[in-house]
Amino acid sequence: MSTPEVNDKASSEVATATAPLLEVQGLKKYFPIRRGILQRHTGDVKAVDGLDFTVRRGETLSLVGESGCGKTTAGRSLLRLLEPTAGRALYRPEPGTEVDWFALPKSELRPYRRDLQIIFQDPYASLNPRITVGNSVGEALKVHGVASSAKDRADRVAELLRKVGLRPDVANRFPHEFSGGQRQRVGIARALALNPKLIVCDEAVSALDVSIQAQVINLLKDLQAEFGLSYLFIAHDLSVVRYISDRVAVMYLGRIVEMGPVDEVFDRPQHPYTQALLSAIPRANPKERRERIPLTGDVPSPIHPPSGCHFHTRCHIAEKGLCNVQYPEMRKVHPNGQYAACHFAKPFGSPAALGGRS
Amino acid sequence: MSDPSTQNGPRPGGSGRPEGEPILAIEGLKTYFHTDEGIARAVDGVTYSIQPGETLGVVGESGSGKSVTALSILQLLPMPPGKFEGGRILFRGENLLEVSEKRMREIRGNDIAMIFQEPMTALNPVFTVGNQIGETVMLHQGLSKEAARERSIDMLRRVGIPSPEARVDEYPHQLSGGMRQRVMIAMAMACGPALLIADEPTTALDVTIQAQILDLIKELQDEEGMSVLLITHDLGVVAETAHHVAVMYAGRVVEYASAEELFERPRHPYTIGLLRSLPDLATSGERLVTIPGIVPSATRFPSGCRFRTRCSLASEICAAEVPPLERVQGPDGQATEHTVACHHLEAAEAL
Repeated sequence: MSTPEVNDKASSEVATATAPLLEVQGLKKYFPIRRGILQRHTGDVKAVDGLDFTVRRGETLSLVGESGCGKTTAGRSLLRLLEPTAGRALYRPEPGTEVDWFALPKSELRPYRRDLQIIFQDPYASLNPRITVGNSVGEALKVHGVASSAKDRADRVAELLRKVGLRPDVANRFPHEFSGGQRQRVGIARALALNPKLIVCDEAVSALDVSIQAQVINLLKDLQAEFGLSYLFIAHDLSVVRYISDRVAVMYLGRIVEMGPVDEVFDRPQHPYTQALLSAIPRANPKERRERIPLTGDVPSPIHPPSGCHFHTRCHIAEKGLCNVQYPEMRKVHPNGQYAACHFAKPFGSPAALGGRS
Repeated sequence: MSDPSTQNGPRPGGSGRPEGEPILAIEGLKTYFHTDEGIARAVDGVTYSIQPGETLGVVGESGSGKSVTALSILQLLPMPPGKFEGGRILFRGENLLEVSEKRMREIRGNDIAMIFQEPMTALNPVFTVGNQIGETVMLHQGLSKEAARERSIDMLRRVGIPSPEARVDEYPHQLSGGMRQRVMIAMAMACGPALLIADEPTTALDVTIQAQILDLIKELQDEEGMSVLLITHDLGVVAETAHHVAVMYAGRVVEYASAEELFERPRHPYTIGLLRSLPDLATSGERLVTIPGIVPSATRFPSGCRFRTRCSLASEICAAEVPPLERVQGPDGQATEHTVACHHLEAAEAL
C-alpha cells in the first residue's frame, strides 16, 4: 500500500494537523451575585477572566488547575452550554471557512453543535436511567436528521458501540446494567455519534479505577488517531494529562498562567504556580521522593481576586511593589511555544532566575 | 472456614516479624452482606497487620473490600445486612469482634480514630468545629468544657489552621475543603489515638492540598508514634507515605510487601498490571498496558483465584484452588516479608 496517493494523503494530514480549529480570544464568564429583595447586582464571580488559546486540528489541549480555577466553566462556555460573558471564538470547520461561534444567534447553533461535543465526568449522572443506551447514543442522530430511518439508526448505533469496545447487542440495555467504565464508553459513543471535530473531555476519566482508566485513555487515543479528533481535555490528574496531551494550559483563578507543549511545561515549568502544582504530584515510586514547593493557604475568592498577579498571595518569589500591583503579561519562554505569565519568567536560554526551579 | 488463603502460609507482617507485637492484626476476616441478590463476600479472608508507628497502605480498586475491612475494625457497618462470618481483629491482643458495644465505644475515637474521604458528610453541620473536637475529649478523657475548648484550639493550631481562636467557633460550611479535612484530622487526633484509619483522606482534594494533608499526617505520626492504616486507590500516595503495602482484589489480600519492594518487584499479575496501567510510568506515545475486563461483582466472585477471569496466566488450577498467600524469596534467595497469592509466580515474573 505504499502508493504515492497514500503518501500524499499522509503529508497533507500532517499539514492540516497543526491548523487551528478553534481560536479563543478573551473568553470571560462571570456569574452575577444578586442580593436582597430587589436582586440588586452586587458583584460577580469571575470564574473565567480572559482566556486566549487555540485548539489545533487533531491535537489534545489540556486545561489543568485546582478546583475553582475555572477550567470546567471554560469548557462549558466554549460549547455555549453556558453563555460566555465576553470574548470571541473563531471556529474553522474547514480550512478557509471561519465562523464567529460566540456571535452566532442561538437559532443558528445547531449545525455546528454536531461538531462540538462533550464527555462528562460522571457517567452515572450523564445518562438518562430510563432510556436504553442504544436510544441515548442514537438520539442525536435523530435530532440532527443524520440517520432518518430506524434501521439506519440502529446500524449506526451498533457501529458506534463496536467502536468504543462494547458489544452491539447491549443497545437494548439500561445504564444501571453497566459498570462505570462501560458507561463512560457509552458516553464516548454518544459524543462520537455525529462525527464531531472537537470533544471537550471534562474529567472524563477521573471517576474511573486505575485499570479501567487506562482502558478508556487508550480508547480516546485510538479514536483520535482514527478520526483526527481534537480534544480539550479538562482534568486535575496531572499524570494523565502528561500522558494524553500535546499541549497544556495551566489555570489559576480564571486565567491561564502558563501554556505550552506538555513536555516543556512538565519538565521546565516557568511559572511558580506550575512548579508548585507539579511538585505536589505523588510519584508511584518510593525512591523518588522529591522536594515539594509548599503552597500555603487556599485559592483566593474569584469574587475579589488579589490585585496585580493573582498568585502573589501564595507565591514564594513575589516581590512587593511589582507583583501585587501589575498583572504580568504572557511572555514567550521557549521557542517551542511555551508561554508564562510571571514577572520573573525569563526567556529560554537565559540564566535561570527562579529560585524554586529544580 | 477452610479457606486456604486464611489457613496456609505465613501471614503478612504476622508472627514471623522481628518487630514484635503488632498493634493491629486482622486474621482471616470475613464480612459478608446478605442482599436480595445473594451473599456479597465483600471481605473474604483478609489477613494483615500493622506494627506500632508504621503506616500500612491498603490499595485496591472499588469493590476490593478495602473500606469494608476498615469499617469492620471499628464496627461501623450496618448489621444486618452485614455479618461477620469468621476471623479475628486483634487490637493490642483484644479481639474486637468479641468485645461488648460499651467497650467498643471506649475504643472508637479514643484508641482508634478514623478520617473519611468526604469531610462535609463526616462533620455535623449544626455544631461548631470546637464543639465537635471538644466532644470526643470530654467523653473519653473527662475534660471540662473550658479545658475541651482549650484542647480544640490547640488541636486546630497543630493541624495548621490559621487563627484557631476564631476558627474554633465557626461551622463546617464556613471552611474550605482542605480546612475541613484538617478539622477532621484534629478531631481524630484529639485523644491521641494509637491507630488512625484514613479512608481515602485526600481523594477529594487538589494535589497541592493533598500534599499538605499527607505531610501533616506524617508529622503528627512522627510526634505521637501512632500507626496509620491508609486506604487509597492512589498508588502515588501509597508510594510516598506507606512503609508496607497490602494489595486487595475482590475481598482478599493478593500481595503484601514493603513499599520499596512492591513498587520495584511486584509479583502478583494484578499488582503488575495495576502499576503498568499508570500513565505516570508510561512513556508518552506508548500505549498504556491495561487489565482487561472489570472487577467481578461481590455476589458472583469466580471460584479459585478471583483474578483469574482477567489474568493472562490463568490455568485450570486457578479455577480449582484458591492460591494461598505465600512468602517469596528475594532476588538473592534471602528470606523476605513479601507475600503473594498466585499459582504462577515464576510465569508472573516474566510478565
